[in-house]
Amino acid sequence: MAENITFHFDVHGDNFSSAGEASQVVKKKLRQLGFPPDVIRRVSIAMYEGEINMVIHADGGDADVTVTDEDIIIVLADKGPGIPDVDLAMQEGFSTAREHIRSLGFGAGMGLPNMKKYTDTMKIDTEIGVGTTITMTVKHKA
Amino acid sequence: MQNYKHSVSLDLSKCKGCTACLKRCPTEAIRVRDGKATINSARCIDCGECIRICSHRAKRALHDSLDEMADFKYTVALPAPALYGQFDNMTSIDYIIDGLYKMGFDDVFEVARAAEMVSAYTRMYLNMPGIKKPVISSACPVITRIIGMNFPFLVENLMPILPPIEVAAKLAREKALSEHPELSSEDVGIFFISPCPGKVSYVKNGFAGDKNNVDRVVSIRDVYFRLIDVMKHDEYPEKSSESGMIGIGWASTGGESSSVFNDRYLAADGVENCMRVLEQIDNEDFTDLDFIELNACSGGCVGGAMTVANAYIAQARLQSLKRYLPVSPNRPTDREIPVGFFTDEKVEYDAGFSLSSDRAEAMRMMGEIESITKCLPGIDCGSCGAPTCMAFAEDIVKNETNIDECTIIMRELFHEVLDQRRKKELSDKIVPPNKT
Repeated sequence: MAENITFHFDVHGDNFSSAGEASQVVKKKLRQLGFPPDVIRRVSIAMYEGEINMVIHADGGDADVTVTDEDIIIVLADKGPGIPDVDLAMQEGFSTAREHIRSLGFGAGMGLPNMKKYTDTMKIDTEIGVGTTITMTVKHKA
Repeated sequence: MQNYKHSVSLDLSKCKGCTACLKRCPTEAIRVRDGKATINSARCIDCGECIRICSHRAKRALHDSLDEMADFKYTVALPAPALYGQFDNMTSIDYIIDGLYKMGFDDVFEVARAAEMVSAYTRMYLNMPGIKKPVISSACPVITRIIGMNFPFLVENLMPILPPIEVAAKLAREKALSEHPELSSEDVGIFFISPCPGKVSYVKNGFAGDKNNVDRVVSIRDVYFRLIDVMKHDEYPEKSSESGMIGIGWASTGGESSSVFNDRYLAADGVENCMRVLEQIDNEDFTDLDFIELNACSGGCVGGAMTVANAYIAQARLQSLKRYLPVSPNRPTDREIPVGFFTDEKVEYDAGFSLSSDRAEAMRMMGEIESITKCLPGIDCGSCGAPTCMAFAEDIVKNETNIDECTIIMRELFHEVLDQRRKKELSDKIVPPNKT
């Protein structure tokens, strides 16, 4: 049984073009750890979507990816405005992104649904005006 | 992938062990050890970036020699369209085609002609039901190798049609054998005139399997110097080019895409730009594109590391050369893609990046890499021989180097030693008054 490893990233809110960098690094780390392509892809897409969300809505935040014997746990924590209606936000196509965000090709309302689709569990803790923490797991043991 | 044959290679006698190629390599395949660069064969993608940056000319592209024309009874030249953009004051491509005959080739089959066919088949392929979009062009072998190494889920997006080089070689051989029934296939030498080391490696590794019809790959640079000797402008050339605008357009970025006649395309060039695009497609970030053209060289094939002219000047020359040409005289009349034009070679995912085949061991190594990285200065100077501090940490854990190679850490240690020595010297000089 190996010790868990956690990778920490500061996701900066001020720079759109750097969004997605953390998921790219995680992708490389998971390859080095020898995970199969489908596991890597699920983690990197879920994380990418989460990262973009943090940049769009919360001016960035913290991303922590922990690799355990059983699964890969992604925790995305921000100090943003919080999600008023989680059920609504989970609907495909629902988006509160403003026009300039959409013009960049983001904000199609697929972020949260995709995160749920690609992970085994997903938990949203959110409080208006305080922030949101999303915890996702991808199991890698068959 | 361990036996992968590379065109990009190193002349050790010229290598000064500087950090130029180390920092430039997009796949971190280079290390400097004992004062000389080394290339990790499993990671090298033959993009030629190190050849472009090396001011000592220690990095070079290996390719075949034109002298090998003597090995065949009948030789066919396959000029890449980028060749046409190399010459100053060139008023017609016919001079170049004629020059290739004067150099001693028995026939010339322009790759631009094959490119027009591939363009037509691409348009048909894009309309086929059930294909995975966006379709990614398979013409640049450096890009297909990057996909094979890093993007297993995009392998299905690669266009399964033979690239122009392969189509040209196949048709050139068929033509030679039908026009000269006395020849056997071994008598015919198909010489591809290449702009880049990537295509040399493509041929040497037999990427297209048994369909590989190219016998030798020579460089545009070598052919250029032979051609300027034989091309004469005092008489109009006997032989003429059969290429059209579309075929010649393939030499620069955007040419292949515009021939698809569909505006839902993306065309990018430069290895790092292409990798970023692939990364975003892999993240399912854009979905409404039909076609992706990616060229590892800036500017497209005209920017290849085995060309002579500046990529953008070559492109400007091609624009004027193709201005009055027919659009696509080589467009096939087939209503569907002939079976022989599909490639059955699948690009295979290469999982050769893991630290260890044992997960627990890989986890232990990763933990060590993380803690070593925290001790390193993080300035990615390259003095240790690795391109980044992170890569250096990985090398340490893999026992390929040791932490003493970090000049920043060594400098701090050295300062400590110096400080101690100075303090000692000082205390030796100041003799306490009560000691006489």
